[in-house]
Amino acid sequence: MASLITKQDQLQKETGTVFSIEKFLEQERGKDLLRFSTAGSVDDGKSTLIGRLLYDTRSVYDDHVRSIEGKGTAGAGVLDFALLTDGLRAEREQGITIDVAYRYFSTERRKFIIADTPGHEQYTRNMATGASTADAAIVLVDARKGVLIQSRRHAYIASLLGVRHVIVAVNKMDLVDYSEEVFRRIQQDFEAFLRAANADGRPVELYFLPVSALLGVNVAKRSPGETPWYGGPSLLELLESLPSVEDTSGAAFRFPVQRVVRPDQHFRGFAGQIASGSIRVGDAVTVLPSGRKSRVERIVTYDGDLQEAHAPFSVTVTLEDEVDVSRGDLLVRGGEEAQLSRRFAASLVWMDGQALDPTRRYLLKHTSHTVPVRELSVRHRVDVGTLEEFAAGSLNMNEIGVVEVETRRPIALDRYAEIRGTGAFALIDGRTNATVAAGMVREIFKDEPHSQHKGPVTPEQRAQRWGHEGEVVELRGPAEVADALEHALFDLGAVTVRALRRAPAMHAALASSGILVLVHREDPAPARLKIGDAAVVEIATDHIDAAVAEILKQLRENKILQ
Amino acid sequence: MLFTESLVSTVSTEPAIRTNPGHLRLLEAESIHILREVAAEFERPVMLYSIGKDSSVMLRLAQKAFYPGPIPFPLLHIDTGFKFAEMLEFRDNMAKEVGAELHVWRNEPAIAAGTNPIKLDTKRCCALLKTQALLDALKHYGFDAAFGGARRDEEKSRAKERIYSFRDTAGQWDPKNQRPELWNLYNARVHPGESIRVFPLSNWTEMDVWQYIHEEKIPIVDLYYAKERPMYVRGEVLMPIEQEFVRLPGEEPQMVRSRLRSLGCSPCTGAIRSDADTLPKIIAELLSFRSSERANRVIDHDQEGSMEIKKREGYF
Ligand SMILES: Nc1nc2c(ncn2[C@@H]2O[C@H](COP(=O)(O)OP(=O)(O)OP(=O)(O)O)[C@@H](O)[C@H]2O)c(=O)[nH]1
Ligand SMILES: [Mg+2]
Repeated sequence: MASLITKQDQLQKETGTVFSIEKFLEQERGKDLLRFSTAGSVDDGKSTLIGRLLYDTRSVYDDHVRSIEGKGTAGAGVLDFALLTDGLRAEREQGITIDVAYRYFSTERRKFIIADTPGHEQYTRNMATGASTADAAIVLVDARKGVLIQSRRHAYIASLLGVRHVIVAVNKMDLVDYSEEVFRRIQQDFEAFLRAANADGRPVELYFLPVSALLGVNVAKRSPGETPWYGGPSLLELLESLPSVEDTSGAAFRFPVQRVVRPDQHFRGFAGQIASGSIRVGDAVTVLPSGRKSRVERIVTYDGDLQEAHAPFSVTVTLEDEVDVSRGDLLVRGGEEAQLSRRFAASLVWMDGQALDPTRRYLLKHTSHTVPVRELSVRHRVDVGTLEEFAAGSLNMNEIGVVEVETRRPIALDRYAEIRGTGAFALIDGRTNATVAAGMVREIFKDEPHSQHKGPVTPEQRAQRWGHEGEVVELRGPAEVADALEHALFDLGAVTVRALRRAPAMHAALASSGILVLVHREDPAPARLKIGDAAVVEIATDHIDAAVAEILKQLRENKILQ
Repeated sequence: MLFTESLVSTVSTEPAIRTNPGHLRLLEAESIHILREVAAEFERPVMLYSIGKDSSVMLRLAQKAFYPGPIPFPLLHIDTGFKFAEMLEFRDNMAKEVGAELHVWRNEPAIAAGTNPIKLDTKRCCALLKTQALLDALKHYGFDAAFGGARRDEEKSRAKERIYSFRDTAGQWDPKNQRPELWNLYNARVHPGESIRVFPLSNWTEMDVWQYIHEEKIPIVDLYYAKERPMYVRGEVLMPIEQEFVRLPGEEPQMVRSRLRSLGCSPCTGAIRSDADTLPKIIAELLSFRSSERANRVIDHDQEGSMEIKKREGYF
């Protein structure tokens, strides 16, 4: 009963010619990639649909089919296709999906990466994980149940994440006698909702199709027998025809620097993945946030230099001038500058069991840097059922809202609707290290310091007065270095405390009010320095003065000391 | 907004996108980004180098990621003592060629005690020679991130794993409580003793790997190419004669034109009958396969969900 013909036989049948490996490889070279994810309420049939799609495109090996025969919930003699993707024991035991499964298949025209996500509300964050990298989302709706709150939540999250193509698959049509009326009603419901949900300006392309995942109706092939009233493509045809990778070559150039490549004195390159747009040798570029300017000298890759490169390629760029560039900086083309600011508003999907707490210390992970959040306040929460906005002081797990963020340092940003790569961020809890939220920048405010005498003294005002930011500075190494460093900071007028106990929460609290917290642990040389969340650097300790000078330099480079 | 009925005519006539770079280049760009992030954000990363085709691709991607600089982390091979002799030779040459530091780690006490998959079962043998050895090595060197060449299309619990797979202080995976992983923003923060396993080839398929090896002319161990090799023939199963203890009483090897589809420990890796002695032939043969790559391995299917169980215990 398993796939009795092989992929090779199938190719021969489709192309009507004898299989030739050269032709096959040639065809493969021209294939593109489409990433899509599933969404919808629990038990709507997402995993079944994906299993069916894999099975009908002969993308499942016989041993995998054999391993699910006679198991699952689909009834006697019917394969439970969901078991092809529900790969965890707990999932098979409970008959639900808990976390995303990534599956792969290809047709003659393109390769597909599927993220099959869970419908259960508790696991909404895993749905967001799958949708964040998707070009298209298939939102399933059970024909018997209609559009449920969870279908709306998922469709809303998909549209917030900027998923361009939303395919609404009305599933289990076999259980409503393939009724056109049922299908049209769901279509109307959903259209109205998605139009209203699409508030952030990015156009969503919407498609509707009636399917039976279990029986394969309109999945890999059209099924006019069952749905004579439906004249559109099958799901597979639709997936094959959607435009894939977004064409951003016309968009502004954004290049977050991941790493400085410096094998010897003669070469200094900046490695990164182009987040949007394209760049040519000779183009004028600006480094943000420093604002320094130069021109592109070379675009270097292992396979040889390029004259031009575009998103999403990973390259290494060298500049004509010796400008200071480090990890976390953003290269942009002159005249296309991103906005530099500490303050912005963003849509936020909260993902942690512990609710958003404005007094906690969060880190903002954005492009290739991580910046401490100074202030986080909720503007409103969105009711995903009605799209109404409610005043709120916090967000609970799986709630969505709009927040205002202030970061400790200015960062180069774009609106998410314009450029994904520089408008997306994640929030990390500084204490638990959990990834607690997905954020999308909506509005960037002018980077103005707060008014001078209203409210309590701000960390910004302290920083101006004291000449440094608050931070936890960890030094492992000989005590003499720590002592000398503390004296040097004291002489500079820095407000420093030497922490004697291991109390990270207290250190963080002190740092957040602008104090430099020096944590020393006795260790043999060489010393290891960790400034906040930056990577550890080794410091040679042969000469104490030189070691202290190096540490002060690091503090300046990390923008802690002015 | 576009609607289904009108779609067929409007979309299918146009080319899908303006410039199509090809799926391999897109996968490559993603993997390089991951390799660079890890090198920048962890104190002591290491690359698990298993000598197989996936490791070979991962190593090439690392060369590309840091070019013209050297690979900024060492390689680690967990040697069970049951690897094919050709693999070890290939490993040493490869490390020299790419100029990377190579650590080899063996669970010597277990090897000295004569641990093998026949004396114990495959599950306990793996637990000692692979999982325990790996955990010991990571601890010994203080590695806080380890790259592995595993792909999500290999097995259904792997299909569930994040690119950055968080492991607790005992190296264990908790599949029901994984960190959200949004866009290409990877959370590298761990407390002391915790670590991250990183899978830069997560989104590659077996076919992608072979095509990439072909396009990039990446050297691979000769065992992947078909030739006459001595095997114990047991029905469908071809058993490499590498280890004496696998031999059944009275059994004699026969020469069979064969090759390995995936490389593991010799007592647990069956060969396949094959004529594929070039990369295009291997790719053509792959299209004709009806069973998965790991079906030739003994370890994964001795129990439903055995890979998941092993990963929970700290396996890659
Ligand atoms: N009759 C009928 N049953 C279906 C169809 N699609 C799915 N089912 C059944 O619906 C049940 C749930 O299917 P799943 O595919 O596990 O649902 P899911 O959406 O993946 O569920 P979660 O991932 O847990 O949210 C299973 O018993 C399926 O056999 C269909 O088209 N027709
Ligand atoms: Mg499911």
